[in-house]
Amino acid sequence: MGQVFEDSGLTSRAVSAISASFLIAIFVSLVDIVTGLPMAWFIVRGRTRWLGIIDTLADIPFIVPTVTLGYSLLLFWNKPEGISSLFGNSLISPGWLLIILLHFTFSYPVVVRVIVGALQDYKYVYEEASRTLGAASLTAARTVTLSILKPSIIASFVLAFARSLSETGATVFVAGTFENGPIFIKNAIDNGQEGPMVLVSLILILVSATIFVAIRALGPKLKMPVKRIWPSTERVLSHIGAVTIRNSVSIVIFLFLVLIPSLFVAFPAINAITSGTLSDALGSVGVWSGYWQSLGLSYLVAAIVTLLNVIVGLPMAVLIARKRMGKVLAAILDTFVNVPLIVPSIALGASMGIFWKNFAFIPEIGLIIFAHLSITYPYFVRAMAAAIERIDMDLEDASRILGAKPFTVFKTIILPLTKYSLFAGAIMMFARSVDETGATLAVVTTLKTAPVLLVDWVKGKVSATPLEIGLGCAFLIIFSFVVLLVLRLFVRGRGRY
Amino acid sequence: MPEVKVVNVSKKFGGGKIVAVDNVSLQIYDKEYFSFLGPSGCGKTTLLRMIAGLLQPDEGEIYIDGKLVNNVPPEDRDIGFVFQTYALFPHMDVWDNVTYGPRVKAWNEEKNERIGREMLEMVRLYERADAFPNELSGGMMQRVALSRALATGSKLLLLDEPLGALDAKIRLELRNELRRLVKDLELTAIHVTHDQSEAMAISDRIAVMRKGKMLQVGTPQELYMNPQHLFVANFIGESNFLEGHIEKVEKETTIELRGEKFVNVSDTTKKRGERIVLMVRPETFAMEKGKKRKMNSLYGHVDRLRFEGTHIRYGIRLENEDHVEISRPTLVGEWFNVDDEVTVSFPPDKGYVFTYPSKGLMEELAVE
Repeated sequence: MGQVFEDSGLTSRAVSAISASFLIAIFVSLVDIVTGLPMAWFIVRGRTRWLGIIDTLADIPFIVPTVTLGYSLLLFWNKPEGISSLFGNSLISPGWLLIILLHFTFSYPVVVRVIVGALQDYKYVYEEASRTLGAASLTAARTVTLSILKPSIIASFVLAFARSLSETGATVFVAGTFENGPIFIKNAIDNGQEGPMVLVSLILILVSATIFVAIRALGPKLKMPVKRIWPSTERVLSHIGAVTIRNSVSIVIFLFLVLIPSLFVAFPAINAITSGTLSDALGSVGVWSGYWQSLGLSYLVAAIVTLLNVIVGLPMAVLIARKRMGKVLAAILDTFVNVPLIVPSIALGASMGIFWKNFAFIPEIGLIIFAHLSITYPYFVRAMAAAIERIDMDLEDASRILGAKPFTVFKTIILPLTKYSLFAGAIMMFARSVDETGATLAVVTTLKTAPVLLVDWVKGKVSATPLEIGLGCAFLIIFSFVVLLVLRLFVRGRGRY
Repeated sequence: MPEVKVVNVSKKFGGGKIVAVDNVSLQIYDKEYFSFLGPSGCGKTTLLRMIAGLLQPDEGEIYIDGKLVNNVPPEDRDIGFVFQTYALFPHMDVWDNVTYGPRVKAWNEEKNERIGREMLEMVRLYERADAFPNELSGGMMQRVALSRALATGSKLLLLDEPLGALDAKIRLELRNELRRLVKDLELTAIHVTHDQSEAMAISDRIAVMRKGKMLQVGTPQELYMNPQHLFVANFIGESNFLEGHIEKVEKETTIELRGEKFVNVSDTTKKRGERIVLMVRPETFAMEKGKKRKMNSLYGHVDRLRFEGTHIRYGIRLENEDHVEISRPTLVGEWFNVDDEVTVSFPPDKGYVFTYPSKGLMEELAVE
C-alpha cells in the first residue's frame, strides 16, 4: 500500500480516479432524476396509445448486458460506423464524456422504472385534492406528489449512483486512457500492483458506504421546496403546450441517448450473418469455442447463484421485514445487506479475491460464485423484504390463531403471497450475475465468463474482428432476452395478489 | 351564487363497456344541500367528480353559476371538495393543509393567516395546527378536510362520502354539524352517500341513482311518501312487497294477491288484469290478535320477533304463504308472541302499486 504514497504520480492518479468516480456518479444520477422523472410521469400519466410500447422500450436497456452496452455505445458514438459517420470524424473519443454517456444509458432505465412503480402506487387523490384547492397541475405535482414520492426519488438516486460507481465491464470499453476508480483498480490488477489496488478499493468501499449511510439518515430530513408557490409561472408551465414540449424532449432524450445507442451493436451482428462469421460461430471455429464455454459458464454460475441466494436470502428478508430482532438490529442489518449494492463491484471482488485466496482448496468457479452471491444478494433481499412488509400482519396472526406454527405460516401465507416478488427477485439476480464483470475480473485467473471474455476481445488480448465482437455481444443479448422472457412467462402464470 | 346544472351527461369506462353515468340531467339550486344517493357503483361519485372537473363527461354539459365548465380545469372551478379518505397531505401539518388553497392562489400572507385561523377555530382545531394528519383521529381529519375545502372561500362544497370512514356515533354528530355549517355559511353543498338515513337527515333534496341512471329527485319526504320507482321504494326506508293482479278498477283499485286474497288501494292508475307489485311500509300495518274481518285484512301468524329498542319488529307468515315485516312502537299498544294468530291490515292510501318489472322483482330491487 505504501507504494501509492511513495510514488507521487501514482498518488495523484489514485486521487483523481476516485474523485472522478464520485463526480461522475453524482452528476449522472442527478441528470437521471431530471430526465427520468418527466419520462416516468409521461409513461404513467400520458394518454397516447403508444405509451405501452414506450414503457416496454424503456426496459430494453435492462436486457442488454452492461458489457455489451459499453461496446454498443463505443460503436455508436466513436466508431466510423456509428453516428460519427455523419460528421466525418470520430464524434466522441473514449474518455470521461463517453463514460458519462454510458453510465447515463444504463442508469436511466433504473430511475424510470423505480419512479414509474412509485407513481403507479401513488394515491392520485392527493393531487386531485390539490387541484380542487386551486393548484395548477405543475404546482400540484411539485408541492404534493413529488414530496410524497421523495423516498422513491431518493431510492432511485441511490440505485443510479451505486450503478455508476460500481460499473466496470462496460466502462473499460469506453474509458480510453481516462481512469475512474474501477478502471484504476482494473489497471492495477493488470499490472500486478496489489498495494494500490487494495488501497483504492478500500477508499471506494469506505466512502461509498459512508455516503449510503448518510443518504439513508439524511434523506428523510431533506425538505422539498414546497412552501414557495409561483401561481402564474406554474400555470403557464402546466399548459398543454409546455407539457407537449416536455414530453417530446423526454422521448428524444430516451431515443437518442438511451435506446438507439444501446441497440447499435445489432448492426455488426447483422453484417456478421451475411459475412460467414455466423457460420464460424455456430461451428465453434477459432475464437468461438472459447466463447461458447464462457457463455455456458456464465449461465451455470447465474443458475447456482440464484438458487443459493433464494435459500440464504429468504430468512434474512423475513428477519428484516418483520423486525423480529428489534428495530435497531433490523435497521443495521438492512444497511449491511445493502453494502454490496453501493460498493464498486471490482473493489468488492478485489477484496474478496484477496480474502478467499487464503483458502487454496476453493476452486476458481467457487470464487466467482462467492463474488456473484455477495453482489446479487442485496437485490433479492431488498425485493423480498419489501414484499413481505406489504403483507398485512393480521393474515399472519390469523394463521397463528388457527394453529399454524411459524414455519407453516411462512409456507402457507408468506410464500404464496410473495411468489411474484420471489420470481422477480430471482430474475434480477440471474440477469445481474450473467452481466457481472467488475468483481469477476478481480477474482478470476484462468476461467472466463462471457463478459470477461468480451472485455478481452475488445481490449485485443484475444484477437477478434469487430464482426465477431458484435456477434458475441448479440448472442449475449439474445440469450439474456430468451432466459428473461421464459422466466417472465413463468411468473405471469402465477397470479399477483 | 353557485347553482349547478347538469344536462344530459354521460360517462363510460373500460372502452365504453361500463356505463357509469347514463344521460343524467338535474339542477341544484343556490344554498341547497343536495345529495346523490345510491348503492356502490351507481355512478354518484363519477357524477360528483365530473362536476368537480376531476373527470371529463363523454357527453353532455355541466354549468356552474350559469357558466359552461366542461373544459375548465378543477383548479379554476372555484369549488371545495372533501374526499372520502380526506386526502390530507401527509407531509404537511394541519396549518399547511388548511392554508394550502390560499397559498396556491397567491393571496397575501396576512389574509392567509386570518383565514387559516378562522377556519381552524370554526372546526375547533386551532390548537392542533402543528399536528400532522397521522396524529389526528378520524373525526379530526374530517374536520380538517372540511376546513381546508372551505378556506379557498368557495361557496360550492362537494363532499364524496365525507362521513363514510367514521364510527357510527361520530358520524351522527358530524352530519348534524356539517348541515349546520353549510346553512350558516350559506353554501351550496352536493353530498354523495350510500347511506339513506344520512341522506334523509342531511339533505334538502336527494337524487336516487342506480346503474348510472337518475331514478327520482325529491325532498326526503317526497321520496319516502311518494316513491316513483320500486327501487326507490326499497332503498328509501323499508318496504314489504306483495305480488298480485289488478282485479278491478273503480273508485278504488282491487288487487288479487296470491291465494285469492283481495285488498283495495286508492291508486287507480293501473289497468285491469295488469300484473303488479304492492308495496306497504312495515310501520303502516295495523295488527290485532285473532281473525278479525276488517278493510284490507290479511290473516297469518307471528313466526319471529325482534326487539329493536324503540320498536319491535314482527315477521308474519300470511295464510297465502307471503311474508310481511311489521314494525310497531315498543311503548304503544299490545305485544305479540311467536305463533300468535294475527290479523294485519293497512289503509288503502298507504298501499303503493307498481307495474311488475319485466326483469323480475328480485333483479329490480337488487342493490348490487
